[in-house]
Amino acid sequence: MSEPPLITTRGLRKSFGDKEILRGIDLDVHAGDVVCLLGPSGSGKSTLLRCLNLLETPDVGEITFAGKRVRPGPDADTHRRQVGMVFQRFNLFPHLTVLQNLTLAPREVLGLDPAAADTLARALLERVGLGDRGQAWPHELSGGQQQRVAIARALAMKPRVMLFDEVTSALDPELVGEVLAVMRGLATEGMTMVVVTHLMSFARDVGKRVVFLDGGVVVESGEAAGTLDAPRTERLKEFLGHLV
Amino acid sequence: MSGGTWGTFATEIPRALAWTAALTGASLALGLVFGLLIALLRVGPWKPGRVLSALYVEVVRGIPLFVQILYIYYGVGYLIRQWHVPSPFLSATVAFGVCYAAYIAEIFRAGVQSVDRGQSEAARALGLTRRQTMRLVVLPQAIRNVLPALGNEGVAMLKDTSLASVVTINELTMMGRTITSLTYEPFLVWTVVAGCYLALTLPLSWAVRRLERRLRVRAAAHHD
Repeated sequence: MSEPPLITTRGLRKSFGDKEILRGIDLDVHAGDVVCLLGPSGSGKSTLLRCLNLLETPDVGEITFAGKRVRPGPDADTHRRQVGMVFQRFNLFPHLTVLQNLTLAPREVLGLDPAAADTLARALLERVGLGDRGQAWPHELSGGQQQRVAIARALAMKPRVMLFDEVTSALDPELVGEVLAVMRGLATEGMTMVVVTHLMSFARDVGKRVVFLDGGVVVESGEAAGTLDAPRTERLKEFLGHLV
Repeated sequence: MSGGTWGTFATEIPRALAWTAALTGASLALGLVFGLLIALLRVGPWKPGRVLSALYVEVVRGIPLFVQILYIYYGVGYLIRQWHVPSPFLSATVAFGVCYAAYIAEIFRAGVQSVDRGQSEAARALGLTRRQTMRLVVLPQAIRNVLPALGNEGVAMLKDTSLASVVTINELTMMGRTITSLTYEPFLVWTVVAGCYLALTLPLSWAVRRLERRLRVRAAAHHD
């Protein structure tokens, strides 16, 4: 790789109380990469993801974004504008309509005028297949629709990377597909993505690289299909064996 | 005799009602603004602010409202008598506002804390600052959640304004005392005064209950 990575972490450590969740993580994410973070629950993959946009502050180690060191504090707000995030539980704003959910940050953070924000939001809703639901309230939508709105809301900030934190785990099985389809589309268009997921088929098909975490360290990483089909470590073999 | 009493009522009740309403309105407005500020300090990142606001709530809640009114009108009024003659209305409004701000702050705080953490995380992840997150995402939801509780504070405040008679504001209770001393018909007079309070509080309580029900329906829809 000639180009420097878009995101790097070096020696990232994070504890909650006396429990050390991350124990020295080095990670490189290149522009256009789709990196899937895999691992058993408690392995630290969600914490690592949340460190990337400083929702969690690492205790030790450094994060760079586009070559610049990312620090907690006032600069964190600027950093977060460029990093979209989608959560397991959607976290749409229930007091705002679908359209207002999308226009809030572009208007308040980027200073877009209402008309421009509206146009942008409608285009994004169209793109996630919800062009006709702009006036709806979040609670009127199905879980799958809410999650697609959440993706569109994050995209409205035109982020340079998207973080997905187990975004299909709270969905009924029949609604998982529509959300994955949107993510697959994003990957195809070249969006840089870091995805925490339990869905190995998604990691294999859409992921370009997988990073397997266990006990707060990276146990194995590599090209997605190759790594999942022929794991080199016993831990990953065991982990994949437990999945049905 | 009784006819004269009714005649007095006819002129005095509207005036007294107006004082009671004005006192309630002004005090509630002050209490809401002040209470919100204290609550924001309480949940904010600035440690001295958190300590001060907690202290404020504890101190104010530990002193009877009646004593606070006397303290501000007579006590503080005495202290500043060289520069300013305290107005009964202003003193009472400040006393009520200061006192209710402590209770209202606790309501706002509970409201802010009732909003799911995921809401502020989502807002921060979009690049909103801490302030924007509070103003645009957390507070609107918090206030909606605590509207019924605030309504109940309003009803309680309305009843408590009867204490303002001690600083010679001619509201309903003061009116009752005055008319009783003129007409010597205490049973009639106090029945009418009680009726006047009920005429104000019953519709208010009813409105609060209605609001509560409507919000419950909406909250249920949110959790579907």
